[in-house]
Amino acid sequence: MVYLTRKAEFSASHYYHNPDFTPEQNLRIFGKSNNAHGHGHNYTLEVTVKGEVDPRSGFVVDLKQLKEVMHREVLDAMDHRFLNKEVPEFFTRIPTTENLAIAIWQRLETKLEKAKLHRVRVYETPDLFVDFYGEP
Amino acid sequence: MKAHLTRRYRFSASHRLHSEEMSAEENRATYGKCNNPYGHGHNYSLEVTVSGAVDQSTGMVCNLADLDGFVEREVLSRYDLQNLNTVQEFAHLVPTTENLSAEIYEILQRGFQKAHLEGVRLEETMMNSFEYRGAGEPRK
Repeated sequence: MVYLTRKAEFSASHYYHNPDFTPEQNLRIFGKSNNAHGHGHNYTLEVTVKGEVDPRSGFVVDLKQLKEVMHREVLDAMDHRFLNKEVPEFFTRIPTTENLAIAIWQRLETKLEKAKLHRVRVYETPDLFVDFYGEP
Repeated sequence: MKAHLTRRYRFSASHRLHSEEMSAEENRATYGKCNNPYGHGHNYSLEVTVSGAVDQSTGMVCNLADLDGFVEREVLSRYDLQNLNTVQEFAHLVPTTENLSAEIYEILQRGFQKAHLEGVRLEETMMNSFEYRGAGEPRK
């Protein structure tokens, strides 16, 4: 089994707000991230796939295909967007880094040919990242 | 759904590697420059990884403010800008980065209750890093 990781970058804005909470609760739990006008990050995405090396091509996965899927499913939808208002998953879910990693996993999982998705890692800043392995 | 969250912190400290169980010659042979009696310092980079189910009301594994507050209070204020050899746990334990990463893990394991501790990773320099995930816990 070989693991292959492809990196990509995107920039987006978001804010954290739960409509079931009072304004005071939202502010207490989410702090500055509760500002409804949003704020932005330069995200770094790392997608790791795993599989056996194809003896003919020497590849685990066709990197061109992986890159295209990441662009189509993730970057086209999220780069330079306001996540709360433009990405359907976040009309109802809060666009935390945790939920972003889960949403990206769900977008990619069924679209990959051959290789199996192993891990989605999303860096919100160089000092904060979330890993999602598809665990329930 | 279960996610892993990793947060990076920085602190600077000095230390001297010297074992009470070794002769002066053996200490010098084992630790080299790190055995210099006056010590030397590093800018450490600490990564703490916690995991848990993502709370659907907050979208979080745990509130980052809780983790940051705990690490600041219990780890960074304990070690930042200190001589590690003068800190209680290193009175008789060599403050290698191996031992330091295990001590930091134990502090978190004992006191941080808001999420499951997966492990810590400590960079002593950009060239050296150490990971501790508790006794017998497998790596992901």
